[in-house]
Amino acid sequence: MHRSVVITGLGVVSAAGIGADAFWRALESGRSAIGPIRAFDASGFPCRLGGEIDGADARPYVPKSYRKATKVMARDTELAVIAAQLAVADAGVATRGSGEASEAATGPDAPRLDPDRTGCQIGAGLLTAEINELTAALHTSRGENGFDVRKWGSAEGGGGAMDNLPPLWMLKYLPNMLACHVTIIHGAEGPSNTITCAEASGLLSLGESARVIERGDADACFSGGVESKINPVGLLRLTYEGRLAETGDATDSGEIVRPYDPDAPGGVPGEGGAIFLIEEGSKASVRGKGRAYARLAGFGAAHSGGPLFPGVFDGDPGDGFADSGIERAVRAALADAGITPGEVDAIVPGAFGVASCDRGERNALAAVFGARLAEIETITITPTVGLTAAGHGSLLAAAGALAIKHQRLPARRHGGTPHASMRVGPTDARDASLRTVLVCTPSLGGQVGAIVLTRHGETG
Amino acid sequence: MSARRVVITGMGWVTPFGHDLETVWARLLAGESAIGPITKFDASTFATNFGGEVRGFDLARVMGGAAANHERAGEGVKFALAAASMAWRQAGLGDATGRLTADVNLSRMGVYMGSGEGPHDYDNFFAASLAAWREEGRAVDTVEWARLALDRMTAAREIEQEPNLSISHIARAFGCGGPAYNCMTACAASTQASGEAYEIIKRGDADLMFAGGEHSMLHILGMTGFIRLTAMSTRRDDYATASRPFSRTRDGFVMGEGAGVLVLEELDHALARGATPLAEVAGYGSTADAYRITDIQPEGKGAQKAMLAALRHAGIDPREPDGRGRAPVQYISAHGTGTPENDGIETAAVKGVFGPLADKACFCSLKSMTGHLIQAAGAVELIACVLAIRDGKIPPTINLDDPDPECDLDHVPNVARDLTDEGGVEVCLSNSFGFGGQNDTICVRRYRG
Repeated sequence: MHRSVVITGLGVVSAAGIGADAFWRALESGRSAIGPIRAFDASGFPCRLGGEIDGADARPYVPKSYRKATKVMARDTELAVIAAQLAVADAGVATRGSGEASEAATGPDAPRLDPDRTGCQIGAGLLTAEINELTAALHTSRGENGFDVRKWGSAEGGGGAMDNLPPLWMLKYLPNMLACHVTIIHGAEGPSNTITCAEASGLLSLGESARVIERGDADACFSGGVESKINPVGLLRLTYEGRLAETGDATDSGEIVRPYDPDAPGGVPGEGGAIFLIEEGSKASVRGKGRAYARLAGFGAAHSGGPLFPGVFDGDPGDGFADSGIERAVRAALADAGITPGEVDAIVPGAFGVASCDRGERNALAAVFGARLAEIETITITPTVGLTAAGHGSLLAAAGALAIKHQRLPARRHGGTPHASMRVGPTDARDASLRTVLVCTPSLGGQVGAIVLTRHGETG
Repeated sequence: MSARRVVITGMGWVTPFGHDLETVWARLLAGESAIGPITKFDASTFATNFGGEVRGFDLARVMGGAAANHERAGEGVKFALAAASMAWRQAGLGDATGRLTADVNLSRMGVYMGSGEGPHDYDNFFAASLAAWREEGRAVDTVEWARLALDRMTAAREIEQEPNLSISHIARAFGCGGPAYNCMTACAASTQASGEAYEIIKRGDADLMFAGGEHSMLHILGMTGFIRLTAMSTRRDDYATASRPFSRTRDGFVMGEGAGVLVLEELDHALARGATPLAEVAGYGSTADAYRITDIQPEGKGAQKAMLAALRHAGIDPREPDGRGRAPVQYISAHGTGTPENDGIETAAVKGVFGPLADKACFCSLKSMTGHLIQAAGAVELIACVLAIRDGKIPPTINLDDPDPECDLDHVPNVARDLTDEGGVEVCLSNSFGFGGQNDTICVRRYRG
């Protein structure tokens, strides 16, 4: 028997707002959340703008008994924990921890998820150790020529400087901590995974969660992805990866991120992501179809070719393949959903605003959709929230799911001259009949994920 | 349509014992220890100053001229490329440089790795951070840090630390265009990657997958993290016997490094091109303890559920003896880290699953010899399972002279077990558990047509 998979809950943590409604209102209004980076003085970097979340604190979103544990959560983890609680509340279900939160709690009458049948697949990046915490400890190991590793050690002959790091220091920064805290808070004891494929992580996680449910290993999954790149090391890496615009002292955010503009200057860093609660269709139906956002109807994944070094996706198909990884993943997702390219009503692509990546994506979509690409509505989020790394794919999926739910296309920002082959120029929000939405993105590194969302209750 | 079956057609590893499949296997069966003093950096004042280092490794000796394409890759990525190259060759897909010679559609070949992070560019990262440190404000001057970092740190070193770079390198070196993933589920990662790759082939999203993992945490902050957690042995005066899974005197795990990569393939696909199935992947289970970040669930409930799920998918009843009255699984490759907490709970979990048959299976730890290869551990241990099936021999748990009364199963102490005369090894389970409560178990069995 074929098991269908639907999105029943959505928790968004983004620079444009906390919660799915706030995120949607920002997308609808066309307001950008990008501004000067405030978390630290970024004026030494070529890119000083970003999409930053103000004051996200996980404590109100966890049971009182778990508040102490937020001390060992890195920012990425706190954001994921908030998003997961929001997803549970949004789905109107209960878990062992959901009723004890002071924010977004669910009531005692809400149907309870079965721990054994609830999985968790959350995309993450490398969690960056807080630079002040680490350097304060390194400072105590200073020798005549900088860092002295012998002073760092705590055995005989050492200075014991490493003891200035908290005992649980490393546990704070393991990438699987996002999923682990979510499973502990909500009692999700089913299949669990942490996928680390940069921007593609969220869509790959959603696809794998859907497969776990389809094959019967769980009935519900937490899924999605979250990351924060708003820190010095994150900004340095993105700079070196060729992802970022040189913003100088610009403060106006409206013009800088220009997806599919061949002269785009690059992206800006962001943080956040989305956690979904997805469920097997018949379980979700018990609570009424009105609650579900969309059906997760198709999934495809692939790898793009490209230069062997640096291993960064530059938009070109690799040696030996006539098609690119993006094209293969998109075709696989459409085939999995049993639909043709002609049936796609809207696309939510990666749209980094990085010219080489956008070119590769555009070429791949043109290969799939032909001349019709210029007619298909496209939703872009990077001008609103920036590049959120492992959060990116999940925010794309959130935008797609919200568009289907509201039967509306959000506003599109664009400050440049987009390529004529795609419909990505500036426009206001408007009502639209959306039965089928394609969401896809490549990653740094060349991994690609694609999913097809269909209106719940529609066939095909 | 009958269900798709998944077999292993190629294997490669890079371990502290070397990287030739047979040589390493012989040393494991001989019960040697690969543990020695750390030479990669000055660890002389570290509470744990020993580990299982990979020595004398040169990617060019495995991949020839193709190694030049990956010159600036992190060391762990190079381990993974070498292991993948060996697996590729054994599977009859092509030559060591990555050139395809078999009639295979590589857009149907994917990659699923459980690879770890690359190490920091310590010299430059620490220098920039210390130079930018302002003691009066107890904070780094981030403007100064940016200036120094952009001046001293390089794009190559920074990009190559990203955790999805091993799959990027592998996919490009061998031309794989199918589904590609990296998972970071700590010490469970490469069992997870192998299990997930099996599911991807089984459900039809690919016909072939590279699966495995690589990792080295034998660097300053990697060692620091585990020392602060007091998770590692501090037996500085007796490092060769420091890794003591199931022993009453165990005091923590011993760090290792390396990579393991397997080629997983849909059975009909393998047979059609004349490849030899080395073993069949029969089942996989993944669960979360959902208990505590720092502690394992005391009864090993999550571990039991992972083992039971893998067995259920394999169609094996753990309480039903095999035709010879043995346990239905002859070799359980333990997570067996040698930490005080893990080994007792894992033993209890195995008893919970197999009941009265638990002490009739060999339940032993490769980590006693190699150290703990962290994210690479599961794939290396899975390869050992396949070789155990091939040879009917099970590698021992060494340093086990004083067993913990709580660990009272057949841990194959100190000397390898030859089961050839008792029906050989038909079915194996391999367990891997990660910090935060991640449990993964994979089941492999002898391939029978």
